[in-house]
Amino acid sequence: MKNYQIETENLDVYYQNHNALEKVTIKIPARKLTVIIGPSGCGKTTLLKSFNRLLEIQDGVKILGKILVDGENILNRKASEIPDIRKKMGLISQKPYPLPMSIYENVAYGLRIHHKKKAEELKNIVQHCLQEVGLWNEVKDRLHDSASKLSVGQQQRLCLARAIAVQPEVLLCDEPTSALDPVSAQQIEKLLLKLKSEYTVVLVTHTLRQAKRLADYVIFLYMGKVVEQGSADEVFNNPKTTEMKAYLDGEIS
Amino acid sequence: MELLNKRTIEENIFKILMIASVCIVLGSLIVIFGLVIVNGASSLTLEMITQTPTPSLPGSPPGGGILNAIVGSLLLALPATGFASLIAIGIALFLQADFLHPAVSNTIRFMLDVLWGIPSIIYGIFCLMIMIYIGMSSSLIVGIIALTMLEIPIITRSMDESIKMVPIGLREGSYSLGSTKFETAVRVVRRQAFPGILAGILLGFGRGIGDAASILFTAGFSNHIPTSIFDSTAALPTMIYNLYSTPLGQSKAFAAAFILLMIVLIVSVLSRLLTRRFKKHIIK
Repeated sequence: MKNYQIETENLDVYYQNHNALEKVTIKIPARKLTVIIGPSGCGKTTLLKSFNRLLEIQDGVKILGKILVDGENILNRKASEIPDIRKKMGLISQKPYPLPMSIYENVAYGLRIHHKKKAEELKNIVQHCLQEVGLWNEVKDRLHDSASKLSVGQQQRLCLARAIAVQPEVLLCDEPTSALDPVSAQQIEKLLLKLKSEYTVVLVTHTLRQAKRLADYVIFLYMGKVVEQGSADEVFNNPKTTEMKAYLDGEIS
Repeated sequence: MELLNKRTIEENIFKILMIASVCIVLGSLIVIFGLVIVNGASSLTLEMITQTPTPSLPGSPPGGGILNAIVGSLLLALPATGFASLIAIGIALFLQADFLHPAVSNTIRFMLDVLWGIPSIIYGIFCLMIMIYIGMSSSLIVGIIALTMLEIPIITRSMDESIKMVPIGLREGSYSLGSTKFETAVRVVRRQAFPGILAGILLGFGRGIGDAASILFTAGFSNHIPTSIFDSTAALPTMIYNLYSTPLGQSKAFAAAFILLMIVLIVSVLSRLLTRRFKKHIIK
């Protein structure tokens, strides 16, 4: 049953009258790294942000169809339950946005709002999360400095630490390396490969090479529609559709 | 070559225009300060800020100081700014797209802008009517209410603008950790927008402490320091008006104006220092 963590059935997303996603039906396997690829403007980010109902903070968005998380349609959940849905899914955005507080408080924030923990326990979790993302040694002496003083690469890892602190089941990553230098990008990629044993990772990327390096499972979107999906091996080595072939050959990007 | 010259000339003209604009603004500031100091210098004594007005003989300048007006101004503007800020931050956070449909919030914004543009004498008369209707007389409390109403649209709109500047990614980050809208607004957005929020409060305070028309009827005038919120009280703007229209009172009026300028200046500097303390966590 738990083979697929997220599924959508005939998902349609409209921005005002623009149909951004059309009849999207996909399955995202649990504890695997699923990559969503496709040319820019094809709806990758829209799809990603629909999973934790983050699209709805924008205006004029209409969502039709079903999004099943652990078999339950989250579009039927009440507005008051949305924070719980989101807590299950950490989000790593394109450009890291640390919260306007100290490094320590950034990681502790999620724990604090979910009314957890005594000071000692909090400290241990923060340390653990920062160690998970390989940031602990770099920041342990300046935990109370502002997070905005970190480099962009460090900020992105801080956002990752912040996300895993609330113990999500899924990590939604929206082109998490596109704003980073090559070394930081590589660090993030390594982390994602490590984290997929514990979390279901969904990665949106526009670089095919990154997708090939990381993917277990691939979803290819084109003009708001799913053109092809399957295991990485299948999709990359044996594309069935002409669009997928063209994309792999670099003819559409 | 000729084209290049034309562009250089254009560039220079605009440079001169910009420098001229800066000079006009800075120049007025210097002239105002200079005028106030030169004209008020002879009355700028310690007595001015430590004593209330004393009766004087006909033919001699008004006696005593303006302590009653200084205290009155602070007693009017500080609580008014406090109340207005509390109400304004509520409205400003609520106006964001997270809570209200943009069509609704834009209508409210428009109304606030209209309120901002209403001359302060209208607020004064409005409060006067209500005051008479409920059988009160001009007093500190009615003055505070009038100033609060005057300041709300100013503070709300400038807070609103600074909250709108908070990047959407920051809010998404907070939401994706499972925060509610309220937690995001209060713990994340408020922190990020804090310098702008403070600037809004300061703008409101500056307007409130300097406004004469709204408190003319509502706070009234008195030569004594108010001892209860139902006493009428003088304030610096009304005091300046009173002194200036008294024979031989002009020099004291300028001294009072100088004190008013200094209060606004001190509050500005203090809030700048305060902002710097909170600025360190701001995400650019």
